[in-house]
Amino acid sequence: MQKTIVVDYAKCTGCRLCETVCSLFNEGEINPQLARIKIIRWEWDGVQIPTICQQCDDAPCLAVCPVGALHRNKALGCVSVNYGKCIGCKVCVSACPFGAMSYDFKNNRVIKCELCDGDPMCVKFCETKAVQYVDMSMVAVPKKRDLGLRILTEVSKSEAP
Amino acid sequence: MALRGKVAVIDLTKGEITKNSIPEKLRRLYLGGRGLQAYLIYNHLKPGADPLGPDNVLVTSAGLLTGTMAPAAARSQWGGKSPVTGAIASSNMGGFFGSELKFAGFEHLVVKGASKKPVYLWVHDDEIEIRDASHLWGKDTFETQQIIREELGDEDIKIGCIGIAGENLVRLANFRTGPKDAAGRTGTGCIAGSKKLKAVAVRGNLGLRLAHPQKALEYAKEAIDKIMMTKVAKAMGVDGTSYIWNVTNTSGLLEWMNAQTNKFPFGDWHNMTIERFHEEYSVGIAACFNCTVHCRHQFRLKEGALVGAFGEGPEYNTQTAFGTFGLDNWGDMLLGWHLANLYGIDTTGWCNAVRGCMELYQRGIIDKKVTGGLDLSWSNAKELTPKLLQLTAKNEGFGAIVGQGPLGIIKELSKYSDKIDYYILHCKGLGKLGNVDRVQPSFSLGIATSTRGADHLRSRPALDHYHLPEDVLEKLYGGYVSSDFTSYDGKARMVRWHELTYAVVDSIGTCKFQTVFFSPNLPCYEEWCKYLLYNAGLEFTPEELFDIGERVYTLERMINQREAGHTRKDDYPPERSFKEGLPYGLGPVKGKHLVRKKYEKMLDEYYELHGWDKDGIPTSGTLKWLELDQEPSHII
Repeated sequence: MQKTIVVDYAKCTGCRLCETVCSLFNEGEINPQLARIKIIRWEWDGVQIPTICQQCDDAPCLAVCPVGALHRNKALGCVSVNYGKCIGCKVCVSACPFGAMSYDFKNNRVIKCELCDGDPMCVKFCETKAVQYVDMSMVAVPKKRDLGLRILTEVSKSEAP
Repeated sequence: MALRGKVAVIDLTKGEITKNSIPEKLRRLYLGGRGLQAYLIYNHLKPGADPLGPDNVLVTSAGLLTGTMAPAAARSQWGGKSPVTGAIASSNMGGFFGSELKFAGFEHLVVKGASKKPVYLWVHDDEIEIRDASHLWGKDTFETQQIIREELGDEDIKIGCIGIAGENLVRLANFRTGPKDAAGRTGTGCIAGSKKLKAVAVRGNLGLRLAHPQKALEYAKEAIDKIMMTKVAKAMGVDGTSYIWNVTNTSGLLEWMNAQTNKFPFGDWHNMTIERFHEEYSVGIAACFNCTVHCRHQFRLKEGALVGAFGEGPEYNTQTAFGTFGLDNWGDMLLGWHLANLYGIDTTGWCNAVRGCMELYQRGIIDKKVTGGLDLSWSNAKELTPKLLQLTAKNEGFGAIVGQGPLGIIKELSKYSDKIDYYILHCKGLGKLGNVDRVQPSFSLGIATSTRGADHLRSRPALDHYHLPEDVLEKLYGGYVSSDFTSYDGKARMVRWHELTYAVVDSIGTCKFQTVFFSPNLPCYEEWCKYLLYNAGLEFTPEELFDIGERVYTLERMINQREAGHTRKDDYPPERSFKEGLPYGLGPVKGKHLVRKKYEKMLDEYYELHGWDKDGIPTSGTLKWLELDQEPSHII
């Protein structure tokens, strides 16, 4: 079964190692501006949220591309860019509801998460497991476990002498 | 050379900016960060300059590997000539400023001269603009950063800035970035204030090209896995540096009421534990750039003047600073901490100054006539803290005395007693932190010889407390070191080793908490050689790096000799550590204090290991082999 990246916002510490390794793997340089994953911060409230392509089933980027440069990667299930066809019109950037389609200002082309050939670097380096790469059938399981853990903690607290 | 960060020299008097690349020769001699910064201070500071005058320099540096795949390479370094001590100003911080400075194309900014009106620097993609900061003058360190982000239209801009303390030329003023980090010690914020420099804003899209990207990625994974296997990484990720506090407190290694006692003298110390913080104030934990350990606490104040305010911290040092003069609970400690952060004041230095003055008040040496009506009783700490912090930030009333730090306080108050110097605990003019040193000779020697004055981060030999087998110690330190923390044997070797080692760490730009600082299982020279090779393409042996540490430390020593006339007489811990035994504690510590004869012998050994003479002056032979005899060389 195919796998997908799942984000748990509450676990993100905002270290941005995901941005670092993503840009290094995909662009050959450390440049968070060119990373496919980005941590959005509200620094004065202590909030940090990883944003990344959700590889939508009915992907708006894919639907609006006027030249068919975006296609579904059958092996990985992600939306991929065919740079031979891409004309750099950025309509996909406008259409994406998550801001996950980015523009590579160095090479003048759109960029997005294509799952690092099946071994996503952001997941590999995320120590707190705020981003995980899980089997489609398991998408909601980590969250269920976390909820269970929270309940368990509350129960043990209320039963404490 | 894969990394191409530049050095910019910014003359605020003339409004001129020059940019230079860094010659490989200097890389090999000083690496970057703190090392190259010492070189830049020695070369650009006019000898004998007034710390508050235009001839002083403010140097902002990123570590050589800051922003790369070296784990936790987040550090930036701030320095010049200290308004607190008259010797080197040198302070290091985490956060996201250092890496962003690198992404903007720069590694070191040397700010000279002084502006007539408030300005800030806007550093982005190889460009530097000097911009008006009139509208930022008077703003706190949180507001300042947000206003700059909004006016430049980019929420990802990283900013180092001063608060009103720096503007008002308070000597204990610091530089701050984000909600948490501070280049806290030695008064860099005061230097900025004297130059009318409110902030340095950085943002970059340039990217860093590594020498061997694939290897750098693979080795980072290997190193991180090793780091995260250690117990200390796990403890830090939950409790931050505060994980140490319960141990030092209960074993009698904290100094309360200005080192008069080593047993908690106020209320209930359980209200000050990290467990209590978690229960009542914690709202999460965050990390600096590229750090997997994540030791930054996040909190919200839930009562008092700033109810609802969000802040980051605290650290172990918050507890040993605000806690040790009578704030016996988290609500009061966090309020003090948060206010100091908003004003931009060195918390360790300020609390040291207040503790000293409170003891003077307790002894009747000073009274309300001197303090301008302030009650400096220990029991009044809660009322006093916000009031005195505000007076300090405004440089008014008794705050104008406290804010000067030890040397200023001693000068101002010596007319009331000739014992002021005894009660204001400092080394080289920098206030001492609230840890007991007198039963641990290595710790005493370290804070006394520290090139920036009383501070643990130049050499803290934490390993001395672990009772490691002596063959392990011998392998690490290259000679005999006693595993008994109260012993003097081999401790000169231990301290000198840590001094050199931390000089290397601060030059590379990784966090000390992911080094041998905390555990012999954390990265050390072998690992750093790989970081340097894979990321920067620089080949070094561990021995060569160790020699760079000696070069950096000795150059800092030369700065202190040139600017402050430091010699052997300045390499002693506070007199109290020799005279008063600890009143409480277990057998090894109770009743103990430093023994002068043994300390002198240890100091002699220490100088000899460094290649300095009996008076602590580097010999001509030492200067020659370290290639320091050519300084100042004015290459950049």
